[in-house]
Amino acid sequence: MQHNVNWLQALLVLSLSVTLGWTVEVQRPRGVPLTKRQFYDEAKPFTCLDGSRTIPFDRVNDDYCDCKDGSDEPGTAACPNGSFHCTNAGYRPTFIPSSRINDGICDCCDGTDEYNSGASCQNTCKELGRKEREALQKLAEITKEGFLLKQQLIEEAKKGQQEKQSRLSELQDSRKGHEDKVEALRTVKETAEQPEKEAKERHLKAWEEHKAALRLEKEKAKMAEVFLELDDNADGFVDVSELQTHQELDPDGDGTLTDTEAQGLLGGAHKVDSTEFMNMWSNMKEKYVSEVCPPTPSSDLDKDPDSVYPEDDLDEDAAGEDDEDDDDDDDRDDDDDKVISPLQVLEKLSVCERERWCLLCNAALLPFSFRALEKEISFDFGPSSEFAYLYSQCYELTTNEYIYRLCPFNRVSQKPKYGGSETSLGSWGSWSGPEDNKYSVMKYEHGMGCWQGPNRSTTVKLTCGKETAVVSTSEPSRCEYLMEFTTPAVCLEPPNIDTQVHDEF
Amino acid sequence: MGFIRILIELSLICMNPPRMSCLLAVWLAVVLSGIQAVDRSNFKTCIQSSFCKRMRDVVPGHSPYRALLETLELSNTRLTLQLINDNNKVRLLLELYRLQGNMTRLKINELKPLRPRFEVPDVLIADPPTEPLSLVSQDEGGVVLSLGADARHLVVSARPFRLDIVEGPHVLLSVNSRGLLAFEHQRPRKDTLSKISSTVGSMWDTIKNIFSSSSENDSEEVEAEEDAEDQNYEKEEDQADMWEETFKSHTDSKPNGPTAISMDFSLPGVEHVYGIPEHAENLRLKTTDGHDPYRLYNLDVFQYELYNPMALYGSVPVLLSHSTQRTMGIFWLNAAETWVDISSKAAENTDSVQAPSKVAQTDVRWISESGIIDVFIMLGPKPTDVFAQYASLTGTQSFPPLFALGYHQCRWNYKDQEDVRSVDQGFDDHDIPYDFIWLDIEHADGKRYFTWDPAHFSQPREMLQGLVDKRRKMVAIVDPHIKVDSGYRVHKEIRSKNLYVKNKDGGDYEGWCWPGTSGYPDFTNPEMRSWWASMFAYDQYEGSMENLYIWNDMNEPSVFNGPEVTMHKDALHGSWEHRDIHNLYGLYVQMATADGLIQRSGGVERPFVLARAFFAGSQRYGAVWTGDNAAEWSHLKISIPMCLSLGLVGISFCGADVGGFFKSPSSELLVRWYQTGAYQPFFRAHAHLDTPRREPWLFGPENTALIREAVRQRYALLPYWYLLFYKAHGTGQPVMRPLWVEYPEDVTTFTIDDEYLLGRDLLVHPVTDEGSKEVTVYLPGTGGVWYDAFTFQRHEGGQNLYVPVTMSSIPVFQRGGSIIPRKNRIRRSSSCMEKDPYTLYVALSPQGTAEGELYIDDGHTFNYEQKKQFVHRRFIFADSTLSSSNISPDSQFSTASWVERVLILGAHKPSSVTLKTSGGSVASLEFDFDEATSVLTVHKPGVNAGADWTLLFQW
Repeated sequence: MQHNVNWLQALLVLSLSVTLGWTVEVQRPRGVPLTKRQFYDEAKPFTCLDGSRTIPFDRVNDDYCDCKDGSDEPGTAACPNGSFHCTNAGYRPTFIPSSRINDGICDCCDGTDEYNSGASCQNTCKELGRKEREALQKLAEITKEGFLLKQQLIEEAKKGQQEKQSRLSELQDSRKGHEDKVEALRTVKETAEQPEKEAKERHLKAWEEHKAALRLEKEKAKMAEVFLELDDNADGFVDVSELQTHQELDPDGDGTLTDTEAQGLLGGAHKVDSTEFMNMWSNMKEKYVSEVCPPTPSSDLDKDPDSVYPEDDLDEDAAGEDDEDDDDDDDRDDDDDKVISPLQVLEKLSVCERERWCLLCNAALLPFSFRALEKEISFDFGPSSEFAYLYSQCYELTTNEYIYRLCPFNRVSQKPKYGGSETSLGSWGSWSGPEDNKYSVMKYEHGMGCWQGPNRSTTVKLTCGKETAVVSTSEPSRCEYLMEFTTPAVCLEPPNIDTQVHDEF
Repeated sequence: MGFIRILIELSLICMNPPRMSCLLAVWLAVVLSGIQAVDRSNFKTCIQSSFCKRMRDVVPGHSPYRALLETLELSNTRLTLQLINDNNKVRLLLELYRLQGNMTRLKINELKPLRPRFEVPDVLIADPPTEPLSLVSQDEGGVVLSLGADARHLVVSARPFRLDIVEGPHVLLSVNSRGLLAFEHQRPRKDTLSKISSTVGSMWDTIKNIFSSSSENDSEEVEAEEDAEDQNYEKEEDQADMWEETFKSHTDSKPNGPTAISMDFSLPGVEHVYGIPEHAENLRLKTTDGHDPYRLYNLDVFQYELYNPMALYGSVPVLLSHSTQRTMGIFWLNAAETWVDISSKAAENTDSVQAPSKVAQTDVRWISESGIIDVFIMLGPKPTDVFAQYASLTGTQSFPPLFALGYHQCRWNYKDQEDVRSVDQGFDDHDIPYDFIWLDIEHADGKRYFTWDPAHFSQPREMLQGLVDKRRKMVAIVDPHIKVDSGYRVHKEIRSKNLYVKNKDGGDYEGWCWPGTSGYPDFTNPEMRSWWASMFAYDQYEGSMENLYIWNDMNEPSVFNGPEVTMHKDALHGSWEHRDIHNLYGLYVQMATADGLIQRSGGVERPFVLARAFFAGSQRYGAVWTGDNAAEWSHLKISIPMCLSLGLVGISFCGADVGGFFKSPSSELLVRWYQTGAYQPFFRAHAHLDTPRREPWLFGPENTALIREAVRQRYALLPYWYLLFYKAHGTGQPVMRPLWVEYPEDVTTFTIDDEYLLGRDLLVHPVTDEGSKEVTVYLPGTGGVWYDAFTFQRHEGGQNLYVPVTMSSIPVFQRGGSIIPRKNRIRRSSSCMEKDPYTLYVALSPQGTAEGELYIDDGHTFNYEQKKQFVHRRFIFADSTLSSSNISPDSQFSTASWVERVLILGAHKPSSVTLKTSGGSVASLEFDFDEATSVLTVHKPGVNAGADWTLLFQW
């Protein structure tokens, strides 16, 4: 990391300057760094550092710019392109633009830039130096510990990787087996259906009639079954209280099947026998949910494994709960590969459906987990997979107004602290740090759209830290968010300078 | 910022309850994003403004008005004369004044108005001093009065009434020559009258008698005619909308009925007229035949359209006419809604006794909804004379603090203190100077002005101190609508002092603006203004400091749910209707705020206040800008004529939002806008809340460098800008000038508005087209020369010059014969450059001469005025000598600044250059001569900028 190298250099220079005692001013024209001392020889005419011109030495720092490169006025503001060297003993030496000399504002911590402006500058170098050393030391400690943690992360990632790989191949095998099974079932089914199809082709109308008759038969059978199911006390009547065990029949959808409503369903009677019930059944059959799980229709297996999930219900539920108000986003999520965990899916299901679901698990879940796993493995988790531990995790930061949520490799969102809907600030896009430090920045894109503006997006800057946490969020530009995120995974190996530093202190 | 904001807030509110309301929000967003330009249907056309329609229906012809010469009275200061309308026998009183400085004032009011009519106060700086009018001749046809020297006369014709101002054989201007004088006298409401019993009805007579008895010259004849008048009330036909008028969902109750006025002015020999801002229009006004007149009615117009006569945020009812012969001005002092028709035709040449030839003529008709006719005719004859004449009436541009002429960084909105700090730091990191950072409405606590948002601006003093430490300033917005909130002190006090504008029923007028339901302080009331001013005291405006200055936006006033997004005309300011004072409201707001800033410093410090709405006289209170423009090339282009038009009518401190307020500029447009803005008086970047950030360093290093260079050019020229403002303040001459002002006989210049002059000496031609590779610059002044301000290349005047352009700069030229001081050590802010030395740019005329000035003071106090603490030097180059002499010997100021360098453009190589100082010392100076550019650079004269000295050149 660029700045890590910088602070190391700084630390070295700082410690050197302290030890060597550069507080003793070496004689040279104002604003000249020690490294350039030799070019400013009082005994000789001065040659501009670009070689363009030679002037008498008394015109160095005479508050008139003679050299195009500004080198004759290192200590005045006369040259537009000049720079002034602050020695800053006790802290870091630095250059400031010469326009900041005697402008009434203290720029050098040693105050040397304001020698003739009336500004009274305190020498703050020692204090700054002390603070910086503390900060650098702290940073060094964090880096050290962070790097150790990183090693662990890499180890874990390696293990996890291997596990996943072997599970993947396992899944691959079982998928193969499963696919064979499905293929076999399909063949059986097609064979079974063949006569039906032929009949359909030959006697379409007859077939329809036949089907209607069949349906009626089925309906009757179903109705009889239901009657028995409902007739809990087996008295040959279905009464209001028995009907009320099936709240799903609630006609006004308020969730309660009241006495009156139940009575209404029974045609105003308090209880009905099986014949009467037949007339009422048509009012209920849409909503009625059986108390036993119906057998899995074999045709389900024909469908794409994905579509076996009760997706429509799932979407509605998910959208309803999240108050997600950006339909585009939902669509986008749907179009993406399904990364909804099986558990999440199961939670949405009724007990009965769950049972049925489990029958399907082997058939459907296998390819699902296969794809999820395949996807997880495909992520770029860094050179040593050190970012893998962030996968399927979420980190929150609560500010005055909002709760920000970062789910690495997935999405970023924002939700008002005191109620209100969640806003997507972007879905995982890519690593987008500079070329030499690609893994320092994450980009999340295509969040919820802004009025007259772009879709929301978030840049996540990663810095070395012992903890994994979102430490700040901001919106530097309209709908472009910036999040700072600490993780050991970006900690660089501290060069082994500990001993040196200690020696020199 | 504009009306759209309320809709955004609506959509935000919608976010909370899910689904249904969010659909509404989405719908709104869809609908709104479709809006590209102004929704014209929100604003009235002339036909929709009933008085405009009625007045415009009066067609040129025989005027029904007759002057009753027997009523003529001539005193030392004025002439009065009654006019009678032969159709209804209603009498008017005409007053004529000859004003000092070659001006004529004419006033017309009802002789016996039912109730007093509004006369605009607080715009004229004093009662204009008069000069005696003397009667030259009189007969039954009229009278001739002398207007002093030059055989200038005022001819009053009786049948029909008409005025002509003539000079020798030339008619300069005629009044009512087309017979368009119309004056709707006040009448009792018929609907009320018919219901009133005879006893109550007789009250009218009583009222009239009160007025009658106050009038001294009631002859019996008048009484007789008065009876006729009474009958005429009944005779006159009511037209639609005379007594009540509805526009969209708003009804104007018009309790006083129709009160419009109209008058025509003819200008023989005139083809070019200018002024009557504010319109998004070319400098030269167009004729309005066949479409709407130019409208003057201060309005908050969302996404205004260019090149049309629609009203905008401010109004200055001053029209200038110009020909090679003469420049004149017409100042129509009326604050009500006003429309101006312009037409032109070829007229009979009255100059010649031989066969009449056709010359051009421009006719102007002014129409206002209420008030009186009060017109100042400024007779020039030179452009500078008209500026001085107008300044003598309404005052000059306030002299801004020097730092206000620096660069201003604004955005709706810098979010919090940290944002302010980091933008401030960004300027230092990128070495771009700036003087002011601005806070828009979000900085206040719930748009309660004078407060700070506790979450984002909890430590305003700390923030301001941070800027003090960098020698920079801040502007915070304080708008003139006050949140109706019993917990808000400002509201509570205004309400308890009963200082809000009232609605027609006498309750506090309320409208919607940024804070939601708001009250509107009655700034026409001096008590209100004085209380408002007191609110800027450091102990009243908590968190404010001496480096905090003020921005008054929305002072049209903007009322989101009012008719045409402004206040109902039947709202009440004391006894006057809003109708009467509308265009004046914004001026009062800025006046009170500027007073507040002066008072908080004990009268020491010069204020800086920016306002969006303005009126004649607003120049006295600060700066204005062209409102909510857009990030489009066409808007960059229109900023030039818009500010030029304002300069012509006294308002020099004008600028447009750099980069454009709405939408997002391309980097090329942004750079070009900075380059243009750097050469316009008020230099501020601003952006809408919903646009991406656009601080100068966000467009890549190359564009950052280009913007840095543009801003640095501004700072180098601050001494020149400061001088121009000092002179504008002293003399009323505009800072930014159309070319014709300096070259009044060069017809080519009369329509130029893509380039302009700063003072006399800099000519600027902004690049306002995308992808421009070249521009054609007209260099005026045959026989003169111009020097490229960057390359110093010399060009002949009186030619169209083809100038190739790159992105690096826009064409700027210095006039041969001028001397311009610059400060070339560009620092973080103008204050940081205070003590820096000057470089003089001496641009030689073909005759080898040049002249210029330098003005220096402390940059921020009134000491220049109160204690004469300033330096004002004249530099003259002639006879191989450059000398600096004191223009104002009674002034006193010691400056640390000195003369660093002198550049002589168009020079030869001298053999020696010698400096003589006032102390008698003589020194030989070093110099460089560049053969290629003919530029002689004299090194380090080192003399104090306030001293006398001479440079002698031996060739």
